[in-house]
Amino acid sequence: MSLSTRDTTVDLTSAPVQSRDQLTDRVIVLDAGHAARNYWSDLWRFRDLFMILAWRDLAVRHKQTVMGVAWSLIRPLATVVIFTFVFGRVAKLPSDGSAPYPLMVFAGLLPWTLMTNIIGQTCGAVQNNAALMNKVYFPRLILPAATVAVSLVDAGISLVLLLAMMAWFGFWPDWRILFLPVLIALALLASLGPALWVTAVNVKYRDFQYVVGFALQFGLYISPVGFSSSAIPQQWRLLYSLNPAVGVIDGFRWCLFRGEAQLYMPGLIFSVAITAVVLWAGIAYFRKAERTFVDLI
Amino acid sequence: MAGNIVLRAERLGKKYVIGNQVAHDDSLMGALVARDFKGMARSVRSRLARRKGVPRNTVEEFWALKDVGFEVKPGEVIGIIGRNGAGKSTLLKILSRITDPTEGRVEIRGRVASLLEVGTGFHPDLSGRENVFLNGAILGMSRGEIRRKFDEIVSFAGVERFLDMPVKRYSSGMYLRLAFAVAAQLEPEILIVDEVLAVGDNEFQRKCLGKMYDAAEHGRTVLLVSHNMAVVERLCSRALLLDAGRIKMDGPVRAVISEYLADSDAEVLECAPESDSSRAAEVKRIVLRNRGGTPLKEVTTADIFNLRIELLVRERRPDLKIACSLHDALENPIFATCPADDGVTQPIEPGLHEFLVAFPGPLLLPRRYSMTVSVYTAHGETIHNCVNALTFDVLPAASQVYSAEPNRVGVLQILCNWKHKLHQDASPALEREISRTV
Repeated sequence: MSLSTRDTTVDLTSAPVQSRDQLTDRVIVLDAGHAARNYWSDLWRFRDLFMILAWRDLAVRHKQTVMGVAWSLIRPLATVVIFTFVFGRVAKLPSDGSAPYPLMVFAGLLPWTLMTNIIGQTCGAVQNNAALMNKVYFPRLILPAATVAVSLVDAGISLVLLLAMMAWFGFWPDWRILFLPVLIALALLASLGPALWVTAVNVKYRDFQYVVGFALQFGLYISPVGFSSSAIPQQWRLLYSLNPAVGVIDGFRWCLFRGEAQLYMPGLIFSVAITAVVLWAGIAYFRKAERTFVDLI
Repeated sequence: MAGNIVLRAERLGKKYVIGNQVAHDDSLMGALVARDFKGMARSVRSRLARRKGVPRNTVEEFWALKDVGFEVKPGEVIGIIGRNGAGKSTLLKILSRITDPTEGRVEIRGRVASLLEVGTGFHPDLSGRENVFLNGAILGMSRGEIRRKFDEIVSFAGVERFLDMPVKRYSSGMYLRLAFAVAAQLEPEILIVDEVLAVGDNEFQRKCLGKMYDAAEHGRTVLLVSHNMAVVERLCSRALLLDAGRIKMDGPVRAVISEYLADSDAEVLECAPESDSSRAAEVKRIVLRNRGGTPLKEVTTADIFNLRIELLVRERRPDLKIACSLHDALENPIFATCPADDGVTQPIEPGLHEFLVAFPGPLLLPRRYSMTVSVYTAHGETIHNCVNALTFDVLPAASQVYSAEPNRVGVLQILCNWKHKLHQDASPALEREISRTV
């Protein structure tokens, strides 16, 4: 009996090993109680996996749906209509300067949706990929990172829609729109911190996701999404900026609305500072927790 | 690390916490209550404990691995063997960096690839083409690498025509072939393989084995966990025998295998696998009995025995299946049987199921055998695999077949139907034949 399959073409064994990055002299040390030493370089080495996981999540999302990508347009539009009606018509709150109320709502909804998507979906990402984590090593930070990429694509679609709406209203942005990438980055960082923390906690305590769901729903009403933060009395504005979403949303409106939405500088600086602290804490906690994810999941 | 060592493990240990505390603490409420209202919690607990008769907060520590140390030289092919729960998979998981050791350290030099499963990360909704890239990236290949090898992968798997079909519509054979074709393209310096050879049909297993032999011959360092002693013996030069999380023996493969086989001698032909409440279904007890239903202490060549399996189903799984298989001393499968063979339904509904498997006639020659019971789903998901749940020696006793010719080859005695006839009216052609041979 021959167990060899030399007639086949695939070769697991082609003699000299040529790894893409020539890591032959790389020594991996796994030390109990110490984080892996090459964590950040590992993260870079696994960038292809990050790309492909993000692509997978995008590709899979619209399989077997009738409306497909249209969902990315319908959901924000419906929310804009409802919020404009509730806050603009019923509660009669003022808009930012001369900006039409629906535009103001959309400009707030876009970063808010981006941030809540990131927080909401990273949580699930680790749970959904439990099987993967159980069988292969990769820096677990890749999973949250991939969901960030997916949320970013959604935000991009919304942004195109928002620009189209601005054209419809004949309300054009000026040079301030050049700051938009900075604010998008701020939105990412502001949500990544809580997202990592929430994800790590949720691996251990599953019911945490319900708390998060509720908190995000609540946050939608206390953040300046359906209204302008200029509706907040001046003496409370610094306190209001404790919520990092406030700085991000205000910034978005500032750069889209030709500065008609006033930028409240102390609030923005406060938001950035809080974002930095939360992000640092989130990454630190996630890195500490990720080493035992597999044992808990 | 010395130049001629590619992997060194020192005093490796892995601790798991099991018991009531875990179930209790896994909900946030539980933890909050425990932290904020400790007194209250204690009183509730002790009340509960009194009612149930068990202490509520017993934290039980379980060392899946303890004080494991070994060194691997480049090109060594090492088999890791041991009974279920001996710590083999935990060791592989630590070496593959999937989980962290609780104590000790590991140094690894070179690119490691671990193959703990074929088709890890395959997404049912994505096409075959897409899954090749996905799976390749998961196994640590770069996009360029996969693109270069794409055609080879596809032709090896033989799925050219179905490349753009979602893999959920693939047959299980196609699925496995594609998954393995991707894994076969890995070019690591150290390859870590778990029981991947235990899936698929014979043809598939032969292919997998072929790859493994090639890898070993080409000087790759391989660490292999397997229950198949024939494979371990053929492939490996050295073996580690794990027992209760410790290395019981480390040496030449033959010596370690015979130690393992000698050790698995059981007094009573009964097995109650360790319980794990996270399983959707699990085998509670397996007993070998005689025809009257009395548990057997030994099996002889004259015994017509049966197997009684108790199966606890916790969750309703419409595709749940059970099967058992008999293996020889080298753990080569001899045959497998399942309820469907005899028109009996599979254990779908939650509850305690009992199966009685009656074997037809005295079957076994005086050899060593082992019985494996597996619970799995039609999709190939393993629910509970009791590998070598029972290992037993068959003793010689008078039976129709065995008595006729005790020194026969093979492992089974099967009473076959023989007919014989002597043709007296020999034809001229036959007469020529007879005269030629005389």
